[in-house]
Amino acid sequence: MANWIDACSADDIDEEDVIRFDHEGRTFAIYRSPDDEYFCTDGLCTHENVHLADGLVMDHTIECPKHNGQFDYRTGEAARAPVCVNLGVYPVKVEGDRVLIEI
Amino acid sequence: MSGIVIIGAGECGVRAAFAARANGFDGKVTLVGDESGLPYERPPLSKPDANGATLKPICTTQMLAAKDITLLDGVGALRIDRDTSCVRLSTGEDLPYLRLLLAIGASPRRLTCEGSEHAVTLRTIEDANRIYSQAVNGSRTVIIGAGLIGLELAAELVGRGNKVTILEAGPVPLGRNVPQPLAQRIVERHIAEGVDIVCNVEVARISGRAVELVGGQSIAADLVVAAIGVVPNTDLAQAAGLYIGNGIVVDEALRTNDTNIFAAGDCASVNFSGLGLQRFETWQNAQLQGEIAGRNLAGASGVFQPPVWFWSDQYDLGLQGVGQTNGTATALRTLSDDAEILFYLNNSNQLVGAAGLGVGNAVAKDIKLAHKLIEAKVAIEAAHLEDPTTNLKKLLRPVPAN
Ligand SMILES: Cc1cc2nc3c(=O)[nH]c(=O)nc-3n(C[C@H](O)[C@H](O)[C@H](O)COP(=O)(O)OP(=O)(O)OC[C@H]3O[C@@H](n4cnc5c(N)ncnc54)[C@H](O)[C@@H]3O)c2cc1C
Repeated sequence: MANWIDACSADDIDEEDVIRFDHEGRTFAIYRSPDDEYFCTDGLCTHENVHLADGLVMDHTIECPKHNGQFDYRTGEAARAPVCVNLGVYPVKVEGDRVLIEI
Repeated sequence: MSGIVIIGAGECGVRAAFAARANGFDGKVTLVGDESGLPYERPPLSKPDANGATLKPICTTQMLAAKDITLLDGVGALRIDRDTSCVRLSTGEDLPYLRLLLAIGASPRRLTCEGSEHAVTLRTIEDANRIYSQAVNGSRTVIIGAGLIGLELAAELVGRGNKVTILEAGPVPLGRNVPQPLAQRIVERHIAEGVDIVCNVEVARISGRAVELVGGQSIAADLVVAAIGVVPNTDLAQAAGLYIGNGIVVDEALRTNDTNIFAAGDCASVNFSGLGLQRFETWQNAQLQGEIAGRNLAGASGVFQPPVWFWSDQYDLGLQGVGQTNGTATALRTLSDDAEILFYLNNSNQLVGAAGLGVGNAVAKDIKLAHKLIEAKVAIEAAHLEDPTTNLKKLLRPVPAN
């Protein structure tokens, strides 16, 4: 059964930005794209234990705050060395002004 | 059949090998590295976890195999014969090359005082394992040199219960590459954590159990670490008749005075038209120059352009810098009580450098944007940089006037 979690308000995230969301011992990154869509990935970079929420969102890419590894946050795909392992991604829906993620 | 040969399997050499493949080179690619095992990252060596220095490989055996890159690990390159386009290996073999990259890095600078052989250095995983196994709880450790590596190591070792003393010959710690306002905050933190930092001192001699200073003072030490910088590895290039000038001299395409031989990373001294020779010692530079050299080995004609970026972690503090940060900063951006960024504008109000310090990765986002602003060469008002509510992204993509 789908397990939708209410994560944040749609306004909590600036356009083309990212925030951190913690739930039951797990940590996620939730993104708002320049075209106003919402996405969710694992919170930690696959290269080192660094939270992506401190990183930079440009277009559809998140750049890790530490070593400049990049991912496409819509698909989790690793896009630039040193990252080579993809990020897990999770479905997101917006209901009213709430952002929900399915984990 | 000869192909691409890369000497040195560090950050730079590995990136170059993959970049050559990514650029479509389909001949042989051989990585020759004198360290044994898989290539690994050096930054974690001074930022270990609770278990000591972790070996963090740059790539896996599978990744090398998938791109048909041959790694000859534990093999040294002894000599380059430019007449026959061959590299003499420590195994006795001659490896022919079509194009050659020297990514041979740098080595710790050695002390010259009496007893200098008692001091260890930190560059390799063996060095790190030796230091963390000797510097146990209660050890008295003396670190000579208050540069980034010395300070990172100090932070790590006081955390492990060492009594740490840092000896610096210059007037201030981090005098070389960190803006002084930020360096001072880092130093204050070290002092608060119990590290002793002594500047303006010269080491006279090191014995098995103590460091003696010129002037007579003696500091007891169970372990002495020399962290007084690195010198580029150039012997191999020099013996082959390549130009040397604080590193192996290359043009902006990272090519030496032999059109088939390139150099990149810590060992390369780039001759920028107008700017003269510049050598960089950062992980991102090794990665970036490696990628450009790799593409050029495969026949492209990419050029390397600064800015170069670096980071350092000490305690819970994260320092990041990009570009030129010498002189007095033009603008100060205060993000919070403990996170601030200094910006450096040139006479045309273009950003040329930025450096920030904060807890964790608090300054990361703005430093990344500063990096892009430096590359974009747009004119910026200092007031915008100083206002923490101005999103730097907006400066990068100015709203078109209607
Ligand atoms: C402890 C430590 C911490 C660091 N922390 C940071 C940091 O936080 N941030 C940052 O930006 N930078 C950091 N650096 C710097 C960064 O690691 C270097 O800039 C980077 O490793 C340079 O990569 P390179 O491939 O050019 O050289 P190297 O990493 O030195 O690799 C060169 C390789 O070539 C091999 N070699 C040399 N001669 C031969 C030969 N004749 N035949 C075969 N092999 C040869 C060497 O053994 C070595 O394995 C740190 C460095 C150290 C040592």
